[in-house]
Amino acid sequence: MSTLRALARAQALAAGVAQPVATVRHLHLSPRPLVLVPLAMAGEANAPLAMLVGAAPDETRLLIVPQPRNRDQRFAFAAELAAVLLPYLDGHRGATEAVAVDRGRDVRHRYVDAPQLLVPNPAGITFLRLLGRATRFRRTDGEHPVHPSVPLLGRWLTFFAERAEHPGSSALVAMTDALTLHWATGQSAVEDLHLPALLGWIDPPAGHTGAEAAALAEDPARCPPAGPATDPEFDNRWLAPAIAAYAAAEADPAARAAAYAELERLLRDQLAPTWELMWRGVGLLRALPPGARVEGRWAGDRDAFTGYAEHLDAGGGPQPRRDGAVAAAQRLHRLERALTSCAVQRAYDDPLVMAEHRLAGEAFVGEVTLADPKRVDDSGKRPVLRPRIQLVTTEPVLVPVGAVLYSPTRPAQKARVVFVTPAADGKTEVVLELSGGMGRGLAAAPGSVPEAGERLCYTTLSEAFLPPATFPTAEETPRCPSRRPPTTPRPQLRS
Amino acid sequence: MTSSEQRLAAIRGGVPARRHNARTIAALTGNPGCTRRAVLDGAGVDKPKLAERIGFPARFGQSRFAITRGNAFEAQLKADGGVELLRLVAERLGVPPGDRADWTDLGADDLADRQRRSREVLAAAVPAGPDEPAALFDHPLLGLDVAGRRVYLEPDLVAARLAGRFHVVEIKSFPVIDGQADPGKVAAAAIQSAVYVLALRELLTAEGHDPELVSHDVVLVCPRDFANQPVASLLDVRKQLLVLRRQLDRMARIDALLAAVPEDFTADLTAEPATLAAALSTVEARYAPDCLAACELAYFCRHEAREQTAALGRPVREALGGVPTVPEVLALATGERTPEPEQAEAAALLRAAARLRAEALGLPA
Ligand code: SF4
Repeated sequence: MSTLRALARAQALAAGVAQPVATVRHLHLSPRPLVLVPLAMAGEANAPLAMLVGAAPDETRLLIVPQPRNRDQRFAFAAELAAVLLPYLDGHRGATEAVAVDRGRDVRHRYVDAPQLLVPNPAGITFLRLLGRATRFRRTDGEHPVHPSVPLLGRWLTFFAERAEHPGSSALVAMTDALTLHWATGQSAVEDLHLPALLGWIDPPAGHTGAEAAALAEDPARCPPAGPATDPEFDNRWLAPAIAAYAAAEADPAARAAAYAELERLLRDQLAPTWELMWRGVGLLRALPPGARVEGRWAGDRDAFTGYAEHLDAGGGPQPRRDGAVAAAQRLHRLERALTSCAVQRAYDDPLVMAEHRLAGEAFVGEVTLADPKRVDDSGKRPVLRPRIQLVTTEPVLVPVGAVLYSPTRPAQKARVVFVTPAADGKTEVVLELSGGMGRGLAAAPGSVPEAGERLCYTTLSEAFLPPATFPTAEETPRCPSRRPPTTPRPQLRS
Repeated sequence: MTSSEQRLAAIRGGVPARRHNARTIAALTGNPGCTRRAVLDGAGVDKPKLAERIGFPARFGQSRFAITRGNAFEAQLKADGGVELLRLVAERLGVPPGDRADWTDLGADDLADRQRRSREVLAAAVPAGPDEPAALFDHPLLGLDVAGRRVYLEPDLVAARLAGRFHVVEIKSFPVIDGQADPGKVAAAAIQSAVYVLALRELLTAEGHDPELVSHDVVLVCPRDFANQPVASLLDVRKQLLVLRRQLDRMARIDALLAAVPEDFTADLTAEPATLAAALSTVEARYAPDCLAACELAYFCRHEAREQTAALGRPVREALGGVPTVPEVLALATGERTPEPEQAEAAALLRAAARLRAEALGLPA
């Protein structure tokens, strides 16, 4: 937790409403995201109970499993979900664009759009991951055949769940994660996992403070949980009798239809409030202008989608149960790289995120007081253009002489620290020597060298070591997810 | 009755102490620094009722689906006299199950009887060497001292004697999928199992045996993947044992805890809610968001702590330089308040943070 974000929480508490921690949107939002609100049966291993799914607020489909312990009904549910999800995915396999690869010696194609799945919370992502695991190995022949769409659904859900682990990916997003990336509430991170409470803070109803709205949202009788876990009270009081009534009506078609309708009504009532909240969340996020580098990360999602669709077209098999050691190490490396790159990109896109780095001494903002755009260094074999600028800043400058800095406004230009000199009033003068990003020749292209009077941010954060937009293969795509891998040590199962 | 016991009884308002179980004892480790909780739990106050009485009911309901499922899985595992269970456990421990296994059910109607039998049978069965036949003991009754009171544990656990040691076997109905389980559930199972390990070790010690004959490796048996097939995993609970030991020791010094509690403190459920709430406020608490999942008083304590930075989570409090309350944080950040000497560094950071936030948001600093 950065001090800046922590302060935003304190301010939110005092103001009674969530405070922004971003000035731009750091994720891609599809015009038609597929929203999924799942419920699972308590006590079972990820047994689906119900789901609301659809790509627009008024396009809800309710899927229910009247007897969640019945395996045939579980797979029937999977087939129904597949009947919604697979056409949605196919809808994004239209136009493609050519992307140069291998330094322009080759091209490959990727879809110009990609699907986006939204769930209420991280537990929703886990639900989809486990549903993917439960279905991707299913056989369509043999003793317990399933509908051919079921294993396909499993592969796609697994694909999305894996993407969700990559910092910066927008392929499968938990709404609570998306919102907390942009707003700080006056409650703790654990409490932010409850979507109704979180939205209570961000967008409290008129006449209520965020704290009051959140407190109301915590009462399951007033506001059902956002799943996948159900409210135990609901289970005991309403769901159990309704499931029993359905089971008891086996022989009587009319009674069975009535029992089914009652179950549908109960479950829809539990899901509908979360459905509304999901779209309210979408609306709040849409109102933010996208960050400049969001599109680049989304291109990574489009690459991955294209790659996986091709894999399946070519008859590719399901993802393994567990990664081998090498694959796991490679994956971890990719995740770490993506995490770093995504953090840098967010800082470049958003002054409020960069402010966190300024506070940590990794960046400062100053005003250009002197500029020598024509300076040429002729001490080497060939003369080279090396303009120098001087900035004056009121911020502490913790970078050493010789360090290489970058400015988000001129990311291709390197700025080497030449002098750091304390000046009057606690200010600091910094002299930087520039290279790159000025065109060819010994004269800088117009506007490529900062001029006196410009206010600029310089940072040690560099985009450079990850070449943007060059994705060698879909497999090698630097993927950027929004969820960080858990870091808390937990007791380990040994088997 | 000692004076401490009398005081604890008075705090409860004369009603019998609430019975502890492995789950409530495990929960004691949740917020070990909290005096309020240590005193209430030490006295055996019915915290769920107390929370309800003061208008902050806890939400720890359990779905009957989960209960049914848990019972069904356990029954399935024990259905064949433990043959399959023993095979699983032995295989996980890497020992041959042997062709003969004893299954002793220590369950009985009479509590005292059961306690005596558990003690006798388990003491007599103390592992003597690796070559003995395997043995399983179901429904033992174990005891632990919590704040000077004897607490009886009725685990549905099985203690297995295999390869010269006792192992606690814990049956849980959450799934292990591709070798992975819900980390929160595994953590809860680990600390609960540690309670049993500790109790079993104390039983052996009391009977003059080496407590280390009880392994710190607990065998956790769960359904595998999405089916009902059981799978056994090992859980090393050494860390949990340490934490538990430390907290039980602290509660054993109940006199010291009571010294920090006002003489007239009461949690008598018949008292007026306002009286109860006021009384609670006189005993120091240490609310953290983790309390929400661990202590029935959490909503009350959260309300009380609402201006404290700790209520926003430990990382937030730390990032705010440890400044205890939100109004102080904001006053330091705006410079309205002159920092105490030891707050100077935190105050400078907060002022810089406030200035940077205002600048980036285009607000007046
Ligand atoms: S909820 Fe209150 S009494 Fe319980 S542990 Fe937390 S602070 Fe202590």
